[in-house]
This record gives sequence, structure tokens and C-alpha cells, in this order.
Amino acid sequence: MIRVQTEDFDSGAELEKMRTGCAGKVGAIVSFIGLVRDLNQGNQISQLTLEHYPGMTEKALEKVAADAIEHWNLVDSIIIHRVGPLMLDNRIVFVAAASPHRKNAFLACEYMIDTLKTDAPFWKQEDTPVGKRWVGT
Amino acid sequence: MVQLQFFASIREALGVGDEQLELPEDVRTVMELRYWLQQRSANWDQALSGTNILTAINHELVQGDANITDGDEIAWFPPVTGG
Repeated sequence: MIRVQTEDFDSGAELEKMRTGCAGKVGAIVSFIGLVRDLNQGNQISQLTLEHYPGMTEKALEKVAADAIEHWNLVDSIIIHRVGPLMLDNRIVFVAAASPHRKNAFLACEYMIDTLKTDAPFWKQEDTPVGKRWVGT
Repeated sequence: MVQLQFFASIREALGVGDEQLELPEDVRTVMELRYWLQQRSANWDQALSGTNILTAINHELVQGDANITDGDEIAWFPPVTGG
């Protein structure tokens, strides 16, 4: 399951849905939550805004999830990524992998967060004391 | 007609997020279209001159020599920074 949304997510509820949906088939669920932190490349961050490319972003996330499911034989996967304005400490992204064994769940979870960071069209713009700044420019 | 899309720092520099365009006669590839757009003004030239700009046709990343077909959606954007 992948979702791109402005609203926050409830990671506990998502994991519980995943657990009950996979009942009996899964021995391990590994999840990752990415947060807005206070410092990036030396800049004090008060807020950031996430932009995405509607249509292409969802396709890119679907591919990341499908590749992980295929490569590590996952029973289920979740990728939720927020867009729009986000404050310090807000949740940005949630990734979870459900597998019969923990090793594959760990590896698949790491693959999904690493790959979405390079392959999915999202862009962060940070609010710093010296003005707005696109990350990576 | 083709649909153009610009994102993040490029959208901001151009002051435009999307545009419909009748494909010029001599433009066949995304690199040719990018050069053609850069001729519009110094601002367009600068906004689209970066070497790390990515291009997608119909939501798929492509290289500069990719051909454009009528009806395509062509997007330019900087390296992605999500997650």
C-alpha cells in the first residue's frame, strides 16, 4: 500500500492493520518513521514544505514497494509520504515491511526508505533564519 | 500539443508550473526542447541550464536524447530530496 497525503498518519494503527491483514503468514514487521529535524547542513530549520509531482510520485512509490515485495518475498508493505507544510518534529514518511522472517523485513524496509529518497519526485524547501531554501541546491 | 511541467526550484525560478505548447517543427528530443525553451529569455536560460536537471516523459525518467511525441507530458525538475 502506498499513499501520498498532506495529513498526518497513525503509525500504530497502520502497523496494527498490517498485522491483522497478514495474520498467520508473517513472523516480522519492521518499520521506519522519518521526522522533520532541527538542523540540516548547518541550517536551523523551523518548518519545511514538501512538493511532489502528482501521478509520477505515486508511480515511483508503487515501483519501490513492488520491487521490495518481489526481491524479499514480503507479504505486505506500506509507504506513506506526506506533502505540504510540515513543522519541526512532524512525521514525514512511514515505511513498513512484513515478512515471514526478520532479516528480509529489515533489509526490505531499509531498501524502501533509501530508494524512495533517490527515486521518488519529492522536493523539500526549508524555512531557515535567512529565508526559504530548496534542499540540495 | 505537449504538456510541460516544472517543479521545485525550477518552477519557482520560471514563475510557472505548467504550460501547454505546440511542439516546434524542428524539436524532436527533450534536449532540443530544453534548448528551445532556453532561448525565450535570460531567466529561462538560467533556470534550465543546470547540469543536474532531471527530465521525465509521461512520468518516466529519460535521458536528453529521448524523443517527444505529440500528447506527451514532459517535466523538468531538480534532484529529488524526499524521505
